[in-house]
Amino acid sequence: MAKYLILLYDNESEWVGVQNEKTERMFAGHRAFGEKYGEAILGGHALQPVATATTVRPDGAGGLDVTDGPFAETKEALGGFYLVEAPDLDAAIEMAKQVPIAAASGGNEVRPIMVFE
Amino acid sequence: MSADAAAVSAAVADAHRREWAFTLAATVRVTRDLDLAEECVQDAYARALTAWRDGIPDRPGAWLTTTARRRALDVLRRDVLFRRAMPELVVDEAESAPDPADGFPDDRLRLICTCCHPALNRDAQVALTLRLVCGLSTADVARAFLVSEATMAARITRAKKKIATARIPYRVPSADDLAPRVEAVLAVVYLIFSTGHTAPRGSDLVRAELVERALDLCRMLRALLPEDPDAAGLLALLLLTDARRETRLDASGALALLRDQDRSAWDRAAIAEGIALVREALRARPAGRYALQAAIAAVHAAAPSWDDTDWQEIVGLYDVLLQRWPSPVVALNRAVAVGFAFGPEHGLAALDALGAEPHLAGYGYLAAARADFLRRLDRTGEARLAYEEALLLTENEVESAGSCSSGWSSWPDAGRRGACAVVVLRAGRRNPARPRCRRPGRRRSCGSRATRRASPAPPRPSRTRRSRTRRRCRGGGRPRSRWPAP
Repeated sequence: MAKYLILLYDNESEWVGVQNEKTERMFAGHRAFGEKYGEAILGGHALQPVATATTVRPDGAGGLDVTDGPFAETKEALGGFYLVEAPDLDAAIEMAKQVPIAAASGGNEVRPIMVFE
Repeated sequence: MSADAAAVSAAVADAHRREWAFTLAATVRVTRDLDLAEECVQDAYARALTAWRDGIPDRPGAWLTTTARRRALDVLRRDVLFRRAMPELVVDEAESAPDPADGFPDDRLRLICTCCHPALNRDAQVALTLRLVCGLSTADVARAFLVSEATMAARITRAKKKIATARIPYRVPSADDLAPRVEAVLAVVYLIFSTGHTAPRGSDLVRAELVERALDLCRMLRALLPEDPDAAGLLALLLLTDARRETRLDASGALALLRDQDRSAWDRAAIAEGIALVREALRARPAGRYALQAAIAAVHAAAPSWDDTDWQEIVGLYDVLLQRWPSPVVALNRAVAVGFAFGPEHGLAALDALGAEPHLAGYGYLAAARADFLRRLDRTGEARLAYEEALLLTENEVESAGSCSSGWSSWPDAGRRGACAVVVLRAGRRNPARPRCRRPGRRRSCGSRATRRASPAPPRPSRTRRSRTRRRCRGGGRPRSRWPAP
């Protein structure tokens, strides 16, 4: 078994002023995913919008800068994640296909977790 | 019975071509590591060169597989601690059907499905397939795609690392997933064939090695998937296309148009085999893309002469193909066929209807086709301009009869382009997998037709252009601009 992080990217602007119906569909999709995979899902959360993000990075003088905003400014932002367990990439991809994709321009990225032995 | 050195090396070379994939696929199952499996298989071939002097085995594949697997077990026992730290290939335990001749499970389909896994990009799929399934050296694969050996080695290493660390399984996909996976495998085989059939750049029109490997791969897939109409369709397409290989260049090395090719020199056995496969593949509903392309090739192959070609049949097949595979390039080929079936004015009208298609901007065949129809309508001035434009948009030296392509070879992963402009023009039967444009960096946005029109080809003899290009290339500069610098 291996662990994968499924990163959910979407375009936050597509959520501005959406009706409850779409939100409800998303929640239903996530509930169905949770029910289907149960214990294979080790964890997962939705994230607050990137407007709430704060980034810490080296200031070049040996210290650290704290700045408002995400690490990388892109149209698609990380909106949530699942940590899952799967026997191989095919199984992890199959899981990622079942995670609802919020926006037409969004997508789910599958990354294997690095294991240190 | 002992064999002389020449016979042994011939037998080993033959076994390399026929048995590599089988031997490697069976060894991977033991090693669970692609690199180690490759080393063991290479070692088995090296041993065969001496061992077979005492007699060439009846079943070379079984001998090689036994030797490679035995070697793998030795290495694994010796390096057990070292190996434990390496990510292991995920091997599905389900057994493949054993080969009736020697009892080893036939894992070739696993091997090629792993090489062509959708989590790998297309370039990596092609490189891995040539390296692992065909057994080509990294240097040979690099040469085939005109990239440096270091670049190709890095590409292959990266892909293998992803297979191991992301745990791409060594498995034949389930029945539900098989169709899209086979589609990817066939696309890779077709790409290898197309690259060999009309080398995208360079001085040779055909790279026979790649063509042969693609045919071997396709025959292998046909044997492994006897019920698959797309495998049959692709094999038909490759056979019917390659049947004309010997006649595509005339005695002086210039491109021979389909119209002028010596049809008596076409490979009739390949044509017969191809036509039988087309018939089989077309029984599937709906007919697949390769089967339809092959059917078009079959109409040409069956025609006794250029003038006796059934162009209306070809237009009909393109109509079906266009529904199945709506692509601007197919639409272009259909328009060309319309010109031959119903007259150049109809062909020109069909081409001009495609003029606004952004994917065809920068695509030399469109200009070449327009040029030919304009010439046949005696609109000489417009025809000359269109010919100039076509020449500027093709890169194969034989195709364009002389543009300097060496400058491109150092471009990383330069896009593939350029089948025979004029063959398409005459025959309307090649369907490159995607529209091609002049520069690798422009692959995604070929530039709009409007901008191309805004910077017309300088109306000067092409010889001038060629010599300018050569001069600049000799100076080591890369041709960056679409048009030669004044």
